[in-house]
Amino acid sequence: MQLFPCPFCGPRDEAEFHYGGEAGNLRPDGREVPAGRWADYLHMRANPKGATREIWVHVTCGEFFAMERDTVTHKVAGSVSLGEAEQQP
Amino acid sequence: MTRSYSALSLFKEGLAGQTGWEPAWRSPEPKARYDAIVIGGGGHGLAAAYYLAKNHGITNVALLEKGWIGGGNTGRNTTVVRSNYFYPESAAIYGLAHSLYKGLSADLNYNIMLSQRGVLTLAHSETGLETAARTLNAIQVNGIDSELLSLEEVKRLVPIYNWGPDARYPVFGGTIQRSGGTARHDAVAWGYARAASRLGVDIIQNCEITDFIIEGGRCRGVATTRGTMRAERTGMAVAGHSSVLAGKAGFRLPVNSYALQACVSEPVKPILDTVVISPDTGVYVSQSDKGEMVIGGALDRIPSYGQRGNLPVLEGVLAGMLDMFPVLGQLKLMRQWAGIVDVVPDSSPIIGETPLPGLFINCGWGTGGFKAIPAGGTLLAHLLATGKHHDISRPFDLDRFTTGRLIDEAAGSGIAH
Ligand SMILES: Cc1cc2nc3c(=O)[nH]c(=O)nc-3n(C[C@H](O)[C@H](O)[C@H](O)COP(=O)(O)OP(=O)(O)OC[C@H]3O[C@@H](n4cnc5c(N)ncnc54)[C@H](O)[C@@H]3O)c2cc1C
Ligand SMILES: [Zn+2]
Repeated sequence: MQLFPCPFCGPRDEAEFHYGGEAGNLRPDGREVPAGRWADYLHMRANPKGATREIWVHVTCGEFFAMERDTVTHKVAGSVSLGEAEQQP
Repeated sequence: MTRSYSALSLFKEGLAGQTGWEPAWRSPEPKARYDAIVIGGGGHGLAAAYYLAKNHGITNVALLEKGWIGGGNTGRNTTVVRSNYFYPESAAIYGLAHSLYKGLSADLNYNIMLSQRGVLTLAHSETGLETAARTLNAIQVNGIDSELLSLEEVKRLVPIYNWGPDARYPVFGGTIQRSGGTARHDAVAWGYARAASRLGVDIIQNCEITDFIIEGGRCRGVATTRGTMRAERTGMAVAGHSSVLAGKAGFRLPVNSYALQACVSEPVKPILDTVVISPDTGVYVSQSDKGEMVIGGALDRIPSYGQRGNLPVLEGVLAGMLDMFPVLGQLKLMRQWAGIVDVVPDSSPIIGETPLPGLFINCGWGTGGFKAIPAGGTLLAHLLATGKHHDISRPFDLDRFTTGRLIDEAAGSGIAH
């Protein structure tokens, strides 16, 4: 059983969390978005082996946050709420 | 040297103290140039190398594997073989695999221990049974053998199920593909390797691809831990590591890597002679020829390249298994393991030329590509030999994620193994 750090609640059981997606995958805007760009946004992923930055949600409290972890060792480097993440440069 | 496997050669070698067997495949030094290179010594890569030689007469081929052949998902899966899929495109590709599997032992001169013991999918509610009947109709229209079973028939088939009145997952009936079953996974890898090697393919293990040689916008070969090798056509079938190699080739894939776990119990006398899948517990169970109960279930919930698996999902799988078969509660687990599987949004494979010309891909089989190995190999070999799609692989091209023509088997046929 692994503990994940919710920025709001602190360390909690991994089963309480849900994976959202890779961080930084922003929805394209406007009417003229070409099909290739939509495919990129909807389906294409870096799927990195090693260090990664992802969006997670703590289902029990509803907090969405960014988590940095390693996809091989599963070690978590840290997590930050999305509100705070936006304020970073 | 004894080359061919038969009752007679077994008898002769028995008298000679088993000293005359030829190694099953050669282990040559890599050459600088090949007509085609196949990356990944799992079932799909090995089969592609074999069919390049057998179907297309292209024998100057290297099969490159970073570890040992069959050490990836091909040697880690629960060996369920079936073809009862929902969409006609899927029925064509899995149907091709199923028909090749039936003749594979003879074709390869290697016993892959195909056991057509049937694959039973349970229905746990009245609505579940109606949905199953609807899916079954589509499967029958696709020309795949599949039958609806009544409660009584399921009871006769699986007497050890929890038939008590307090069962958490009562059964209302089921569907069965009687031609489905299991095959020996290692034998599939070793059989293809041996047959390919005999036709001239170089099987090169401990050889990791570290980069691609890209010249004039085309893939011209690979850089590896055992030197560079050139070829005008390269195919990759590396399952959970597809995104890693795609990154080196300069493109992304609609693939997420997850661990999928399985486990086996200590061996017991024969008590289950079919494969049982429960859509509601997400668990499936069969009994190996050695007597071990082979147990599999859902994907881990966390994207991962750690080939171990996490405890919460294993707990859920075992809890579901015990709900279904309380009689197995006293058994000890002998082994648990995981493989890194390549999960695609529509749970269908990706086969075709990649955005890097000259590099072809076979991936995206996720939790269910063992059953597809003969077809995946045939189709990748066709692409490598001709540069063009076979009719059966065309719908599975990478372009479906741009056109939106997905083949959503997760929605169509349910559980994916
Ligand atoms: C627990 C579990 C249960 C499963 N159960 C079933 C089942 O019952 N039925 C079913 O049909 N399917 C099942 N599957 C899925 C099935 O195992 C896979 O879809 C199938 O084996 C994929 O074969 P492959 O040849 O594509 O990949 P693999 O067998 O994984 O082979 C890929 C190879 O590529 C090599 N490789 C990776 N990167 C490099 C590199 N850079 N250079 C060189 N080589 C590299 C790897 O070492 C590996 O050997 C299961 C999978 C798992 C993990
Ligand atoms: Zn929280």
